[in-house]
Amino acid sequence: MATYLHQARRAGLSRLDTKGSPYLYILPFFLLFGAFGLFPLLYTAYVSFNDWDLLDSGSHRWVGLANYREMLQDAYFWNALGNTLSIWVLSTVPQLLAALWIAHLLNHRLRARTALRMGVLLPNVTSIVAVTIVFTQLFGRDFGMVNWALGLVGIGPIDWQANTWSSHLAISFIVAWRWTGYNALIYLASMQAIPHHLYEAADLDGASQAQQFRRITVPMLRPTIIFTTVISTIGGLQIMAEPLLFASSQTPTGGSDRQFQTVALFMYEQGFREFRFGYASAVAWTLCLVIAIFAIINFLLTRRIAKDED
Amino acid sequence: MHPKRLLRLAAATLAAGVLLTACGTGTEGGSGGGNEKITLNVNLFGNFGYQDLYAEYQKSHPNITIQERTAAYNDHHRDLITHLATGSGAGDIEGVDTGFIAQMRERGNLFVDLGKDRQSEYLDWKWAASLAKDGKQIGYGTDVGGLAICYRRDLFEKAGMPFDRDQVSAAWGSGWDQYIEFGKRYAAKAPAGSAFFDGGGQLFNAIIGQAPVGYYNEDNAIVVGTSPDVRKAWDLTVKAIQSNLSAKLIGSSQEWNNGFAKDQFATIACPAWMMTKIKDQAKHAAGKWDVASVPGGGGNWGGSYLTVPKQGKHIEEAKKLAAWLTAPEQQAKVFTARGNLPSIPALYDKPDIAQYKDAFFNNAPVGQLFTTAAKQLKPQYQGPRAGDVQTTIRDALVRIEQGKQSSDESWKQMVSDVERLAK
Repeated sequence: MATYLHQARRAGLSRLDTKGSPYLYILPFFLLFGAFGLFPLLYTAYVSFNDWDLLDSGSHRWVGLANYREMLQDAYFWNALGNTLSIWVLSTVPQLLAALWIAHLLNHRLRARTALRMGVLLPNVTSIVAVTIVFTQLFGRDFGMVNWALGLVGIGPIDWQANTWSSHLAISFIVAWRWTGYNALIYLASMQAIPHHLYEAADLDGASQAQQFRRITVPMLRPTIIFTTVISTIGGLQIMAEPLLFASSQTPTGGSDRQFQTVALFMYEQGFREFRFGYASAVAWTLCLVIAIFAIINFLLTRRIAKDED
Repeated sequence: MHPKRLLRLAAATLAAGVLLTACGTGTEGGSGGGNEKITLNVNLFGNFGYQDLYAEYQKSHPNITIQERTAAYNDHHRDLITHLATGSGAGDIEGVDTGFIAQMRERGNLFVDLGKDRQSEYLDWKWAASLAKDGKQIGYGTDVGGLAICYRRDLFEKAGMPFDRDQVSAAWGSGWDQYIEFGKRYAAKAPAGSAFFDGGGQLFNAIIGQAPVGYYNEDNAIVVGTSPDVRKAWDLTVKAIQSNLSAKLIGSSQEWNNGFAKDQFATIACPAWMMTKIKDQAKHAAGKWDVASVPGGGGNWGGSYLTVPKQGKHIEEAKKLAAWLTAPEQQAKVFTARGNLPSIPALYDKPDIAQYKDAFFNNAPVGQLFTTAAKQLKPQYQGPRAGDVQTTIRDALVRIEQGKQSSDESWKQMVSDVERLAK
C-alpha cells in the first residue's frame, strides 16, 4: 500500500514536471516582459488620457481623448511626423540595398574574409553618442570635413543643420552608417544557407552573376528581407538620439525651425522639457500605432515584391 | 534538477542575497557620522571655477570626496528638473542659473531650506530671487553677471580700429547703435574669417539684460510679445545680423568653443562669468583679449545659485559644502582666479578685488569695471520659464542668421512659441 501511494505520488509529480516545468522555464521572460514591457505600455496608455504634470508631484486629471485631439491639431506634431518619415526613407532604403550588396560581396571567397565580416559590424558596436558627435563635426558648417571635401570640387559650403534636406541627409547618413553592416551580416548568414547546387545548376545553364543574384539569391532571402525591413522600420521611426545630438543648440526642438525634429524627439520635448506627461504619452502611443501600420505595410509589400521573382 | 544540486543552488542564492544586502546597508549608511567616508556629488554647468577649492576642502575634511559633474546649460537644468520630478538621481549640490531659479523656487518643497543666517551678506535682489513662496531659501548665490564687452585688441588693430580700452568704450559708449556702426567699420577691414560678434542669441541676451523688465512682469505673466524693450532688443540684434556682423554661433556649443580658438569673432557680450569661459577656450590668445564697458552702461546677464535637493543622502554635509563654496572668502578667490563676480557686496570695496587686474585680459581693471557695474545693477525680475524663453528667442534669431526667415516671420513664430511655453 505504502509503495503504491509512493509510486502514485511520484507519477503525479512527474506528470506535473512534464506539464508544469515548461511554463516554469519560460516564466522569467514573461515576468520581465510584464514588468518592463507590458506594464509600462498599458500605464502609458492610461497616462495619455490624463492631463499629467510630472513636476507637480505627478498630479493628474482625467481628460479622455483631449491629448489626442490636441495632437492632431498640433502643427509641430505633423512637422515631426513628416521629418521622421523623410529621415526613415532616406536612411532605410539605401541602407538595405547597400547591405544586400555588401553581403553579396562578402559571400565570395575573399582574402581576410573573417576580418572583413567582423569589420562591417564595427560601426554597430560603437557608441551612438560618440558616432553622432564625430559625424556632427564632420558635417560642421565652418570647419567640417564634408564641406572641405565638397569645396575641393567647388560645391558649398553647406550649412548642414540649417536646411531641411541637408539635415535629413546628414542624419540619415549617420543612421545608415551604423546599421548597414548589421543588416549585411544578417543577409550574409541567410545567403550561406542557400544550397550551393542551385548556383551550380544556374552556372551550367549559363546564367550570369547578375541573373543568379536576382533569380536565386533575392528570392531565397525573402524571409530575411522581410525581417530586416520590418526591424528597420521599427528602429527607423523611433530615431531620437541622432537628431538630438546633431543640433548644436543642445535643445530637443531639432534645429532652429524644428527642421529635423522627429516624433520621438517631439515626445521627449513634451515629456521632459514641458513636463506634459499626458501629452507626451499620447504622442508615444500614436508613434507606436504609426510604426505598427508601417511595419505591416512593409511586410505586405516586401512579401509581394519577393514573390514576383518566383 | 537533482534535489541536492537544487539545495546547493538555493543556499548559494541565499548567501548572495545576504551578501548584497550587507553591502547595501554598508554603503548607504546614515549621514550623521562625522568621520564616515562619503562622496558629495556637485552637478554644475559651464565653469564655476571650483577646482582648487575642492582640493582645499577635501584637505580639511579628509572623509569627504567631492565629485563634480558638468553638463551643458540646457541639459543640466533639464536633467535637474527630471531628477527632482522622479525623486532620484540629483546631485548632493546642484547649480542653478538665474534663468531657471524661478522655476526651481516654485518647487521649493523639493529643496532643503538653507535658512536666513546669511541674508545680510548678500545683495538683496540676489537673496530674494531664490526665495520660495513660503519664505524658504533654496539656494546660496554664487555670482552675478554684470555686463561688459570683451574684445580682441589684436584683431581690432589689424582692422585699423581703435583698440585702447578707453577709446573703445568711448566709441560705443552711448548705445548699441554705435556698437553696430563700430562693427560695420570693423567688418570692412577685418581679417578674413573674423566676424564682429559671436552670435545673435548672445547679443540679444546682453541688450535685454539692460532693460528694467525682461520676459516676465512681476505677476509671472510673459510679456515678450508686448514689451517694447524686447522688441527694441530684437530689432537691434536683427540689424546687427543683417549688417553681416554675426559669426552665427550658438553660445556654449562645440562650434562656439571652436570659434574662440579660430578667432571667428572680435567681440563678445561679457558678463563676468564669460571671462572664465574665454580663459578656458582661448588659451592661445592670452593677453590679446581686453575688456571695455558695455554700450549704454549697466545690465546683467546670468549669475547662479547652489542648491541642495532634499532627495540627497548627505544633506548636512552638502549644506556645509555649499555654504563654504559661496562664503565671501571663496567667492573672492574664484573672482581673482577665474573671473566669476561675487554676489556679496562687502567684497566689492576690498582692495584685492576692486583693484584686481587680469593679465589674461591685457591687465584690464576688471575688478573696478565689474564691481562698479554690480553696484549700479538694477535687477530684472525672472519668471519661471525664463531660461526656455531665452532659448526660444535664440532659435528665432538663428533662423534669421540661417536665412530661413525674415525678421517679421521669425518674430511671429517666436511669440507664439513663447506663449506655448506658458501652457
